[in-house]
Amino acid sequence: MLDYALRRILQFIPTIIGISLIMFCLLNVLPGNAALMAGDKRELSPEVIEQMKKNWGLDKPLYYRYLVYMKDLAHGDMGESFLRQEKVNKLVASRIWPTLRLAVAAMVIALTLGIPLGFFSALRQGTWLDSSSMMLAVSGVAMPQFWLGLLLMLFFSAKLGWFPTSGYGDGDFIHLVLPAITLGLGSMALLARTTRAAVLEVLEEDFIRTAKSKGLSTLLINRRHVFQNTLVLILTTAGLQFGSLIGQTVIVEKLFSWPGLGSLLVDSIFLRDIPMIQGGILLIILAFLIVNLVVDLLYCVIDPRIKYQ
Amino acid sequence: MRKTIHNILRRKNLVVGIVITMSVIFMALFAPLLTPYHPIDDADLMVSEQPPSRQFLFGTDEQGRDILTRIIYGARVSLSIGLLSQAMNSVIGVVLGLLAGFMGKWWDDIIMGLTNIMLSIPSLVFALAIMALLGPGLINVFLALGFTNWSYTCRITRSQVLSARELNFVKAAHALGYGKIRIMLTQILPNIVGPILVIATLGVAGAILIEAGLSFLGLGTQPPTPSWGGMLATAREQLFTAPWISIFPGLAIFITVLGLNLLGDGWRDYLDPRISRQ
Repeated sequence: MLDYALRRILQFIPTIIGISLIMFCLLNVLPGNAALMAGDKRELSPEVIEQMKKNWGLDKPLYYRYLVYMKDLAHGDMGESFLRQEKVNKLVASRIWPTLRLAVAAMVIALTLGIPLGFFSALRQGTWLDSSSMMLAVSGVAMPQFWLGLLLMLFFSAKLGWFPTSGYGDGDFIHLVLPAITLGLGSMALLARTTRAAVLEVLEEDFIRTAKSKGLSTLLINRRHVFQNTLVLILTTAGLQFGSLIGQTVIVEKLFSWPGLGSLLVDSIFLRDIPMIQGGILLIILAFLIVNLVVDLLYCVIDPRIKYQ
Repeated sequence: MRKTIHNILRRKNLVVGIVITMSVIFMALFAPLLTPYHPIDDADLMVSEQPPSRQFLFGTDEQGRDILTRIIYGARVSLSIGLLSQAMNSVIGVVLGLLAGFMGKWWDDIIMGLTNIMLSIPSLVFALAIMALLGPGLINVFLALGFTNWSYTCRITRSQVLSARELNFVKAAHALGYGKIRIMLTQILPNIVGPILVIATLGVAGAILIEAGLSFLGLGTQPPTPSWGGMLATAREQLFTAPWISIFPGLAIFITVLGLNLLGDGWRDYLDPRISRQ
């Protein structure tokens, strides 16, 4: 187990290097153009552009810049923002907490509603509860988040006045509600669907029949045998969903003027602030990888049958 | 044949999916015939922000353009981006998957390494990175999405190739002296077309959602070109005074994506009835 965990963590390093290489090549593929693009809205003389390139080290060859970037990254330094004259680390640091809060709140909504919904609709297969919750699940997956957010704003803020339209407030709960629902609904739908399918599969297993014929109560069977056996699949889906949630915060944060990593990333894309974009994307991917690593490690706790060589 | 049709009609989801998808394609193809107005030129500030009425069924936007007309034309943007970028993804995924599965050795290592990295990047984030490089615009969205979503197809293709390689008819073809490329194209590819098309259908739905998201952020289709995501981006300022500007384009995205998802899911169940039991 410890062995496996160590190996999984070591596998992390080549993945991160691969990702950073791809991202670096993507964002720096046109030599020197970051300076041109950063200046494209203003009238800049060639000398100024040359100076900007020098300041940002863009006059050096690509491989050299990559090596410098990697060296800094190994020390946990994501470089300096082109336009804000500040370290990326510092800019990012204040944005991580709001994004994390939003993603975790959305995940809590998805888990606490999605899993029971899927569970009960599987146990009452074919009833109205089943068909309506599956309808909800299918629609939830197809719902564009920014539209859902707009509808929620329209109904709960404008019509009912229960929640503020947008903004972070001073980090209070009431500002969190609508963005979290917007972000979490899609994952909730997907979790409900996966849970239902997993439960239906387990219900047909021989050991469930055995348990029934032993005369165990339905409650006990459901809790002990069904739930525990579906947990691995549910957990996998939840892990993947949490990762994509972090990616989707970009849109939800922009919609609700949420001061998180996602809105910083989008703003930086408009400003062509390459180090900032690189840092933001790398952090989002890192979060995704860490969550999935944790899920992988949790498997062995939940299901002792899973053995790792 | 009759049995096939009967089998399809029995699946309600699949039928609904087909009907929705066909209607959207119809809308996109015949947009000029279906609409009395022009999506860009018929702006009239005298009738801006009109609520839905007999004259303008879905109302008008802040420039007095008919929203229904713009939605019908917007189907063209969404569908073409979705279809073209997914076609690109499918080709990349299938070619890489065939290479990895059939060539083995270091081909397999490199391609699967790349695929695993791609799978660990959320597709919206990767598309954003490419948009950051290329800048806003319709063609750039197509390129961004076309390079984003091939990893799943690649994985499925590879695993199908690996299992097909052991099948007797492939071994027979090998014994007959067929070349590797010939075996790939004539023996293996036809057998994996079904699952790949199912992934592609779901991929088109995903691409439409991401395109709308990028346009909503202002990175995708640029105004005045009518696109569903772009319409929602400009509608935000009028959300409380003229909610119809936001409601209908979003509904269009929702129904289209729903239709494609139902079609993809239904089709998968049709190809593999063992799953549909549940």
